[in-house]
Formats: sequence, structure tokens, C-alpha cells
Amino acid sequence: MNRLPRGWRAAGWAAVLIGALAAFLALPPIEVRTPVVPVVIGLFALTIGIGSVIRGERRVGGYAIAAGVAGLVLGYLATRSSVDHLEATIVWGALFAAMLRYATPLVCASLGGLFSERSGVVNIGLEGMMLMGAFFSVWGTDVTGTWTLGLAIGTASGALMGLLHAFFSVTLRADQIVGGTAINFLALGLTSYLFVKLYGTQGTPRDLSNVPDVELRFLGRIPLVGGFAEDVFGHLNLMIWMVIALVFVVWIVVFKTAVGLRLRSVGEHPRAADTVGINVFAIRYVAVTISGMLAALGGAFISLAFVNSFTPNMIAGRGFIALAALIFGNWRPFGAAIACLLFGFSSALSVSLQEYSTSVSTLFTALPYVLTLVAVAGVIGRSTPPAADGRPYVKQ
Amino acid sequence: MAPLLTVLLALFISGIVVLLTTGSVGDTLETYRAIFRGSGLAWFFEVGSHDIGVPFTDANVWFPWNTDDIGSAAAANLQQTAILWVPLVLTGLAVAFAFRCGLFNIGGQGQYLAGSIAAVLIATELPNALDLPSWLLIVVTVVGATLAGAILAGIAGFLKATVGAHEVVTTIMLNWIVIWVGSYFFGLGGPFQTEASGAVPSSEDIPEKAKLPVFWGDPLLQGLHIGVFIAFAALVVYAVTLNRTTLGFEVRAVGHNPEAARYGGISVARNYFLAMAIAGMFAGLAGALDVLGWEFRLDITSIQSSQIGFIGIAVALLGRNTAVGVGLAALLFAALDTGTSTRNLDPTIFNPELATSLSVIIQGLIILFVGADLIVLLALRRLRRRRSLEATA
Repeated sequence: MNRLPRGWRAAGWAAVLIGALAAFLALPPIEVRTPVVPVVIGLFALTIGIGSVIRGERRVGGYAIAAGVAGLVLGYLATRSSVDHLEATIVWGALFAAMLRYATPLVCASLGGLFSERSGVVNIGLEGMMLMGAFFSVWGTDVTGTWTLGLAIGTASGALMGLLHAFFSVTLRADQIVGGTAINFLALGLTSYLFVKLYGTQGTPRDLSNVPDVELRFLGRIPLVGGFAEDVFGHLNLMIWMVIALVFVVWIVVFKTAVGLRLRSVGEHPRAADTVGINVFAIRYVAVTISGMLAALGGAFISLAFVNSFTPNMIAGRGFIALAALIFGNWRPFGAAIACLLFGFSSALSVSLQEYSTSVSTLFTALPYVLTLVAVAGVIGRSTPPAADGRPYVKQ
Repeated sequence: MAPLLTVLLALFISGIVVLLTTGSVGDTLETYRAIFRGSGLAWFFEVGSHDIGVPFTDANVWFPWNTDDIGSAAAANLQQTAILWVPLVLTGLAVAFAFRCGLFNIGGQGQYLAGSIAAVLIATELPNALDLPSWLLIVVTVVGATLAGAILAGIAGFLKATVGAHEVVTTIMLNWIVIWVGSYFFGLGGPFQTEASGAVPSSEDIPEKAKLPVFWGDPLLQGLHIGVFIAFAALVVYAVTLNRTTLGFEVRAVGHNPEAARYGGISVARNYFLAMAIAGMFAGLAGALDVLGWEFRLDITSIQSSQIGFIGIAVALLGRNTAVGVGLAALLFAALDTGTSTRNLDPTIFNPELATSLSVIIQGLIILFVGADLIVLLALRRLRRRRSLEATA
């Protein structure tokens, strides 16, 4: 196995870029109008991808095949549609900024899921924890009058849900999937109940204190890419920057510190970890609680920094997309973040597609789930969970 | 016994929520009583003088079910509960059947929707091509919807059997894929959206002849359709298949211990696939009966906000995966949901909008407690403490 030619991996990554190029050439600002160009380039990427797969590079080769096919199809469709439509839909700066906005809550929640699952506790209650964060951060902001305390209260509500999940799955050793399902029900019921009780027909107040945007006007003065950079990064919400930093923090904590090593060992082989004196129960409790806090923070972003209000069931499956991103990203911080960016981009594209075709944009929403299904099916490199994920630990 | 105590515990805890809202114990009890009345179960207990309702006699009887009462408030509420009981039984069986094979089918929602979508498509599109008699159209629609559920669940079963992909992950993904594909079909500008729809984009209505006959109540006011008997039959089929056939034996063997089953010559992969496909059939059937029985069309709100398949998880857990248990648990959840609905709960006693959320809270609590066997655990702990006290004494 060591004699695997490294060249094919590099070729695979190159093919991913070539596949993207196939679509890019047909889109603004270049806008090649003949379908031959994207088809030929897409097929070229596809061929390299198949070659890498045959030579044993299943993961990268799979990405290359997917990129080739996607580039071919998207590029072809772009050459078939009118220039006006293209230029209305594809505004790169706005698309990337929207991608970051849509990806932020997903990144936050999937990093939460990462803590929980790396410690060996499956958390399909992310959805409910996000919903708790979304409601209680709005309520907290309303009551205290400032978003900082609102965020703290929202995060605390997520921590409570995390503790509840930990109590049932770690102490009582209940089925973790049942527990997560129960959390989703409880959070939905509780937040809708409180919403009707406290805000009734009027909805949440309109004049809530919001998490501010960070204005970086100096980006516009950078030569060549200035305008683009300002469009993407110039007016991002403070929480987006916090979450970007969070990805690095989580990566360092989980993979570069002793605590992270303990966390991962508890998730892979709790008995061995216990033998060397690691407190499996304590680690799992802390991990699941953190997971609730991060998921709630993601939910708080949606209600407090994105739409500035709360409506019942407003998370609408984003917790499950975060879970999907975690799986798609192979239970790694950067993998999950990149998956979230991909899913966020598909959301952003689907919203801008709404301009001229609502139905296609609806269909686009299903894309993250299809991709994840393909990923767990092992067509594009297998996703493997931590070995003890989902198994309660019995101390002997 | 334990499931019953679990329900009581959940009702007690949610009672605290009601108590905090209403502020008095009397009002809390009154709320529960109103929910019970709203569920229509009170119909069975209305002892008194009832006009028998048969021409040429003015005889009175004690119990309402001896009359031909179809329109009283209690009877109408009970019809609602029974209508909801049908899909809950079937999605409960969908979760339970997979459970018995050691699989957690969290995709009941998607399979139910796949069945609903297939039923709408077949019932609206097929009459354009073929002029079938009413009964045949219904049979073809139901079979098609059942197959749609089976195929969707079969994908998850197949992936579990071949590459070992965890069925929880795959069924969650399939749920959302179906939700969005369904929204695409019937949503704004979708291929099957009807031009005549109102505020919410929806499918066409199914033709009159595809609707299931109503045997109790007014067909125009959502009377009880014959799907109830199909749900009963499904409970029997479930019990017989599991306990009296080779397939059921193999499924249970795999569920009990896959390694031992494999050692005994049972194909684990084949049973994973079959168990999921059969589970999907139950859920798909639920979708068909709902569409043909009372929904008659699908709109994107109902596709995106339906929770039937998820409540099926609670039904299966509370019913301990047995036919009788599933039947009873489905009745509980159907009564709870109907009793707290805006249509049935007396708004002067408790705000129905709050009560709808309350029933979701109760469902969550029941799932939580049943999943942990909380009652059993508590009882065991007390037993153990008593034993250790006796040992030290």
C-alpha cells in the first residue's frame, strides 16, 4: 500500500479544480457561450478522477469525478440560459457573502456535534438544541436589553439541553438516538409553548438589540481584488468572524492538546481510556454540554444575527444539515467546516435562483442531503465515525 | 405496567407546565378534562339517556354507542382521533418492525411522505390515462404508495446491508430529500402544482372516485374512513409475520444477535434489507390512507410540518414493539393530538395554540422516559436499596 503513487492524489485535486473551471468559464464574468468548452473540460476532469479512483485514490478521485460531472452539467446549463439570467443570479461577491452567512450556524452546530460524537455520544438532538438557542437568545435579549447577555442566556439553554442528553445517555445509558429524538420534540414543544405564551400574536419585538456587523472598508482599497474582497468580507456579522475563529480553536483543542487526546480516546475506546485513569463519564458530560452550547450558539445566530426574530420551528432542519456536514466532513473540524461552506453555498445559490425559478431552487435545497447520502454510502471515500460512537460505557 | 407509569409521569410533568400557565390546580385538572373531551374518548363514557335515533321508536338507551350518533360533538371528536390513529399505528409499526431487526428506522416520516406523494400522483394522474373503476383505482394507488415507502426504506436497508452505512444517518437524509422533492413537486412552479391552489401551493385534489368510503360520520366533515380496518389488519399482519413465519423468526434472530444469527445460517444482510423494506411498506401505506381518506391533496405546508412519522417513533417505543402495544400507544397519541388541536379544544378553558405545543412536550417527555426505561430504573434502584438494607440488617 505504501507504493501508492502520490502523483494520482495531486492529479485528483487538480481535477477537482479543473471541474470547477468547467463551470466557471461558462459563468460571469467570462461567459463562454459554446457548450463545447465546459463539456470538454468537465470530461477531462472526469477522466482524471476515474483514473485516480482506479489507482486507489478513492476519496480524492471521487471528489474529482463529482466536480467533473457537476462542472459539466452546470457549465452546460449556463451556456443554455440567457446572459441576463446568468448575470442576475451569479454575483460572486454577494454569493460568497451569503455562503458565509448560511454556513455560520451550520459550522457552529456541527462543531458542537463534533465534540459530542468524538466523545462517543451520538447527538441527533442538535436541531432541538439550536431551536433552544434561537428562542432563548431572543428572549434573553428582550429581557436584558443587550445581545451579549441574550447570547449568554441562549447558550445556557443549550447547555441545559446538553446536560439533559448527557444525563440520559451517559448516566442512565439510554439509547442515544431515542434521547436525541426526545430532545428535538421537547425543544420544539417548549419553545413554541413559550413563544405563544410570551409573545402571542405580535411575535418577538422588532427593536431587539442585534449582533453588529463588522465593517472593513479598507478591504476595498486592495488593488485588483479589492471590490470583491469588500463584497465578501467587508460587511460580515461579528458572529461570523467568531465562528471562523472557533473552527481553528476547536481544531487545536481536539487534535493538538492533551484534553483533545483524552476526548478522542474516550470516543474510540472508552475502556482503554478508563484503564489509564481518564474519567470517561466526566469527559462525556462536558463534551455533550459543550455540544449543546455550540448548537445553541448556531441557533442564536439565526434568530439574533440573521433574521432578527423568532418564529416556532424556525431551525427547519438546519440541525440535521449540521449533522450531515459533520458526517460528510468525516468528524473533523475543517472537514465539517468545508462541508458547511459547500452546503451554505448551495443555500446561497438556491436563494439567488429563486429570482427566476422557485421550483429549481427548492430542489436545490435537497442537495446537502443527497451529497451526504452519497458520502456515507461510500461512493466518494467512506466516512467512518469514532469507534465507540453511540455506545454507552459501563464501568467495571 | 411500566409504559403506563411513564405516561402518567409525563402527564404529571407537563401538568406542572399547565399549572404555571393557569395558576391553579383546579384549572389544570379542568384543562386535562377538556383535552379528554376534545379527544372524543368521552363518547364512550357518556352514560345517560340517549335517543336511539331509529325511526318509528322513541326508545332511549344508556350508552351513546348503541345509538346511530354520527354528528354529536363527542362523536365528531372521536372520528378525528380514529382518523389520526390510522397513520400513527402504521408509522408506529414501521419503526417497530425495524426495531425487531435491530434497526432504528428514524425515516418513518420520509417513508410516510413518499407514500403520500405517490398516492397523490397516482390518484390524480392515472385517471387521465386509464379509466379504472373506483375500487381498482384505490387498490392501485394504495399498492403504489406502499411500494414507494418500501423503496425509500429499502435504499437505507440496502446501504446498511451492503456497505454498512448506519441506517439512522441514511434515513434522516432520505427524510429531508423526500421533504424537498415533495415541496418541489407541489410547490410554486413545480411540475405537479395546480393552478387552482389558494394561498399555499398544493397538488390537485384527487378525484371523487379515489376517495376511501366513509362509514361513520359525515363525509364532508371528515368522517371516519375504512382505513381504520386496514390499520387493524396491519396490526394483525405485523404480529403474525413476526411471530408465526420464518421471515419473522429470522428478523427477530438478527435483531437479537446478528452474529449468532449469521452463525445459524441466516443471511443478516438480506434480513436488514427486507426488514427496512417491510417497515417502509407500513409507513407508505399510512401516507396512502391519509391522502385517500381525508387529506385529498398535498400542500407544501403539510409536507414540511407533518410530524406523523416522528410520532411513530414514540408509538413504537411506548408500545414496546408489540402489536397490542402499538395499537394502544397510537390511540394515546392520537387522542392527545386531537384533544389539543385548535379544532377540538375548548378555547375558554385553555389556549389551543399552547395546548398543541403542550402535546409536543408530552410526546418528548414520553420518548425520553421510555427510552431510558426511567420507571424500571427507578423501581430497580429502590429494590436494590432495600436489598442492601436487608443485607446490612
